[in-house]
Amino acid sequence: MSATTTDAAATRARARTGRRFNTSALVMVLYLVFLFLPIYWLINMSLKPNSEILGGVTFWPRNFTFDNYVTILTDPSWYMGYVNSIIYVSLNTLISITVALPAAYAFSRYHFMGDKHLFFWLLTNRMAPPAVFALPFFQLYSSIGLFDTHIAVALAHCLFNVPLAVWILEGFMRGVPKEIDETAYIDGYSFGRFFTRIFMPLIASGIGVTAFFCFMFSWVELLLSRTLTATEAKPIAATMTRTIGASGIDWGVLAAAGVLTIVPGALVIWFVRNYIAKGFALGRV
Amino acid sequence: MNKTVNQKAWFLVLPVLVLVAFSAVIPLMTVVNYSVQDTFGNNVFFPAGLEWFRDTLQSDRMWASLGRQIMFSAIILAIEVPLGIFVALNMPKKGAWVSVCLVLMSLPLLIPWNVVGTIWQIFGRVDIGLFGYLMAQLGIDYNYTQDALDAWFTLVIMDVWHWTSLVALLAYAGLQSIPDAYYQAAKIDQASRWKVFRYIELPKMQGVLLIAILLRFMDSFMIYTEPFVVTGGGPGSATNFLSIDLVKVALGQMDLGPAAAYSIMYFLVVLLISWVFYTVMTNIDKRGGA
Repeated sequence: MSATTTDAAATRARARTGRRFNTSALVMVLYLVFLFLPIYWLINMSLKPNSEILGGVTFWPRNFTFDNYVTILTDPSWYMGYVNSIIYVSLNTLISITVALPAAYAFSRYHFMGDKHLFFWLLTNRMAPPAVFALPFFQLYSSIGLFDTHIAVALAHCLFNVPLAVWILEGFMRGVPKEIDETAYIDGYSFGRFFTRIFMPLIASGIGVTAFFCFMFSWVELLLSRTLTATEAKPIAATMTRTIGASGIDWGVLAAAGVLTIVPGALVIWFVRNYIAKGFALGRV
Repeated sequence: MNKTVNQKAWFLVLPVLVLVAFSAVIPLMTVVNYSVQDTFGNNVFFPAGLEWFRDTLQSDRMWASLGRQIMFSAIILAIEVPLGIFVALNMPKKGAWVSVCLVLMSLPLLIPWNVVGTIWQIFGRVDIGLFGYLMAQLGIDYNYTQDALDAWFTLVIMDVWHWTSLVALLAYAGLQSIPDAYYQAAKIDQASRWKVFRYIELPKMQGVLLIAILLRFMDSFMIYTEPFVVTGGGPGSATNFLSIDLVKVALGQMDLGPAAAYSIMYFLVVLLISWVFYTVMTNIDKRGGA
């Protein structure tokens, strides 16, 4: 008796929540499920031994194991891939923002000869297919002795990250009224002091978003970083091809390595979550 | 904002100029250099005029790749833009769920491109992948390594999975900038949902949508890593897109001259289409800003 009443109450409660869940929520849930099914499958696979992966489809690991992760985190040739990637991505972010800040300021505040053409020319570099640049880059960096160094990859990624950084920062700087600059100059600030003490704190969120984008595009790129490295600065994404050995593909380790490449991105997103939407609009909203 | 004329601003742009010149102009000049020369090896070059360009223009293989590339970009834009707008319209407007949705949706964007390829390579496999398995259970004959249509389907759905969030986030940013007063006015006028979308939301999203289309066009037109991992251009040459074909010519056959000519024409096509987008975009910016 009491069981049936609680059942009925539960059904009523479900029906109520069911009604409260409008179609928007349903659409979002469906979309997020679509996004997460492949990721779920990757995580699922990374927690299985190879025998189970190849033995048939199981929706949950039966022989739960962390062996695949242990393999990666104890073998230097594996985990150095992550270290290399993080070094060149950080270097690239730093370089891109340092050079882009003054340029974006110039574009947002002044007219000068050829400014519009220059701006579009910068953007064209964002449009250059990396496949076009792979071979010349290899020759250029080999000839100046930078092949297989972190700085080479960081500089190569500037090709698309610097234009992007200028573009986003310019959008954010446009939103800062010019009167602030003028007041500061009247108060006797030099350009350098004004820029670092007053202006940069004002567009701190813009700088954060720009750093996020530089990180993102440098982190996900493979073609150039693979072409420019051999062993010393090899990125994790290129290291993953190691799993294809003589005895076939080591699926479990491949999946675990894939899962570990998602983690840094997820951490970075969490830090900039409140600015993402504006950042994706390149500060132009 | 009214800008002042200041030629000294060039000094502020100088670092960017030097850096980009180093990482873009020098390699590009190398490419141009190769495109007009021939070699028998040993680094001995002699001028070949425009021969490579003529050859490339007459190569059926290049035209086939270009056709596939245009079709791929067109399909991608036709699916991702409407879907992205649709998702953006259904996102929560405020509250804790906004952050959650934003973070979860951005996740595919931050996965290295070859890992994206790997994920879908595994996911679509008939023997060990969930998607392939489900298709088999439904009795659909699906195998992306054998069938050209299945390979296309896999690549398109992979790109939709990977990039729709970008369009959605941009559209969402545009929607967030619409003041509440607009919606209230529409309510008073008893405007239908469609009319609100057509006359309020769509015009307000125009600017960001153009950015979205520009970004999606450029990136889908340059796509290399993901299809390379999933299909490697196969089966046969069914998914041989421009970048994949170019790398095959340049690194696979070491034909520097033809590859360079190919590169330059490829770059010019991207440049031309992007320039059209950019011009339209800045014109709209000006009209909106004035």
